[in-house]
Amino acid sequence: MPYIPHTQSDVESMLETIGVDSVDELFDEIPAGLAEEQPGSLSAGLPELDMLQSMQERASLDEGNICFAGAGCYDHHIPAAVWDIASRGEFMTAYTPYQAEASQGTLQLIYEYQSMMTQLMGMDVSNASVYDGASGLAEAILMAVRSNKTNKSGTVLYAESLNPDYLSVVETIVSSQGIQLEAMAIGEHGTVEIADSSQPEPAAVVIQQPNFFGRLELVDEITNWAHSCGALVIAVVNPTSLGILKAPGFWGDNGVDIACGDGQPLGVPMSSGGPSFGFICCKSKYVRQIPGRVVGRTEDLDGRVGYTLTLQAREQHIRRGKATSNICTNQGLLVTAGTIYMSLMGFQGLKETAIKSHQNCNYLHSRLLQITGVEAMFGGPFFHEFAIRLPIKSADLVDAMADQGILAGVSFTKFDIWRDKYPNALLVAVTEKRTKAEMDKYVDVFTRVLAG
Amino acid sequence: MSEVPIELGFASTHEWAKQDEEGLIVVGISDHAQDALGDIVYVEMPEVGQQILAGEEAGVVESVKAASDIYSPVSGTVEEVNERLDDSPETVNQDPYGDGWFFKLRANDDRELDELLDADAYKELCESEED
Repeated sequence: MPYIPHTQSDVESMLETIGVDSVDELFDEIPAGLAEEQPGSLSAGLPELDMLQSMQERASLDEGNICFAGAGCYDHHIPAAVWDIASRGEFMTAYTPYQAEASQGTLQLIYEYQSMMTQLMGMDVSNASVYDGASGLAEAILMAVRSNKTNKSGTVLYAESLNPDYLSVVETIVSSQGIQLEAMAIGEHGTVEIADSSQPEPAAVVIQQPNFFGRLELVDEITNWAHSCGALVIAVVNPTSLGILKAPGFWGDNGVDIACGDGQPLGVPMSSGGPSFGFICCKSKYVRQIPGRVVGRTEDLDGRVGYTLTLQAREQHIRRGKATSNICTNQGLLVTAGTIYMSLMGFQGLKETAIKSHQNCNYLHSRLLQITGVEAMFGGPFFHEFAIRLPIKSADLVDAMADQGILAGVSFTKFDIWRDKYPNALLVAVTEKRTKAEMDKYVDVFTRVLAG
Repeated sequence: MSEVPIELGFASTHEWAKQDEEGLIVVGISDHAQDALGDIVYVEMPEVGQQILAGEEAGVVESVKAASDIYSPVSGTVEEVNERLDDSPETVNQDPYGDGWFFKLRANDDRELDELLDADAYKELCESEED
C-alpha cells in the first residue's frame, strides 16, 4: 500500500461531503475539558531535514566505539543477507495477519520462526513473539501463575542473578495482579542457592542462564527442586548461548515449563537499545495459556497447505478482559530478521558463534586478571560475559576508555540494586566479533587508565 | 426447532440442570446453545472441589467461531467433571443433554432447581431471542 498524503483540496472536498467546516468538528463529541489536556511537552513537528540531522547526531553518540558492553544486548555479527532480505517491501511493510487469505507469506514466516524457536529451546510450542525479553518474562510469570492449578499462593521466586532491567519491568507489570515476587539470594559464587524449605512454596521459579553476571547456574538441580515443590519453572535464556549450553527443555528430569528471553542476538542490531523481540516457548499442556499470537498450519478446502492464526480464544479480539494478555501484536520485522539469521546460521553456525564468543571471552578475562588490582567478582564458569572488580570506580573507567574509542563494559552502578554494593564492578561482554587486536587494545588502554 | 426436554430446568444463559440418581445436580448446555456455537473444539471445566454460586462463571466453551462463558445454574461444590469432553468436545454438539454433560455439583440448596425456567419458558426465551 503506497503512502498517499491528502492535498488541501482533498481534505476540503471530504469535509464538504461530510458536511462540516473543519477536521476539529469531527471530534466535537470529546468533552471540552478532556480535549484541553494535551501531553505537556510535545513540541511542534520538525521539518524532515532538521529531524534527520537530529537523529544522526544522536546515533553518532553510539557509533565508533569497539563494543564490550552486554547486559542483555550483544554485538554479534549479522550476515548481510539478513537485512537485505528483511528490508524488502514484502517483509518491511506487511501488516497484521488477521486476514489469512491475504497474509500467507507473513504467516508462513512466523510458523517457521515458531518451529525454529521450539527446536532451539527444546520446547513444544512457541508464540509469534512479544515486544522484548523483559516484558516476555512478565508475561511468562503471569502465565505460570494462571497455569499452576495446585499452587494458588501467587508467590513467584526469582533468582537475584536476573537482569535488573527485566526485574524492574516485571515488577511494573505484575504488581497490580496480586503476585508477590521474592528473590533467591546469590552466594559468593554469583549463582543462586536453593532456598530452604521454610520459605512458602512458590507457584513459579524464574532462573536466568547465563545469569546477569555471565555465570552459569546449576539449572538441573534448581529445575528439579522447583518441580518437587510444585512450582512451574521459567527459564530466561540467551539464544546464542544455546549453541553450546543445554536447551531449557532438557533442564532437570522434565525440562522447564516456560522458556523466554530476548531475540536481539539473533540478527537484530543493537540500535542504541531497541527495538527487539521477546520469545516465549512452553510445554504443550500450557498452550492455551500462552499469550500473544500463535500461527498454525492447516489445509484449505482444496487440500493445499495454508497458515492461519490459531487458538485465538486466548486473545483480546475474542475474549477482551478474559484474554491471556492485553498484547495484540508481535515484532514482525525483527522476527523476520531473526528467522533469516537462524536459517542462515543453522545449529552449526550458532554453535561456532557461541564457541568463538566463549574463546574470546576467556582470552580477555585471563589477560585482565593478570593486571594488578583487577579481581574476578565470582569464581566459576561463565559464558561470553564476566564481572570484574576494579581498584577504581567502574563508571570512571568506562568514561576514560570511551575517550579512547572503547566501550569497556557496563558499570554495575547503572543498576539501582547493585550500585551501592558493587561500585567498582564492571560487566564485560565479548562476542565472536572481537578480534585479538581489539582485545589487546582493550588491555593496553585499560592498563593505562588504571595506571593513572 | 431445537430440542427442549421437559424434565430439565434451564437458565436464561442457556445452561440446563437436573438432579441425578445420586442427588447431584448435572449441568450442561442446551441444544439451542450448541447449535448457535457451532463445532465445539474445547471445553474448559471448573476444578473438582471448586465452590460456585448460581450465576457465576463455571467454565468456558470454545467453538470455531466464539468462546462463551458457562454459568452455573445453581450453587454448590463441583464433585465431578466430564473428562470425555477433553478428547471429544464434539460430544456436546452430538448429545448436549446426555453424554455432553459438563459437570456435576453437590448443591447447597436443591430448591434453586425450582427457580430455573421450565421447558416451555425456555422455548419462549429462545424464540424471543431469535427476533
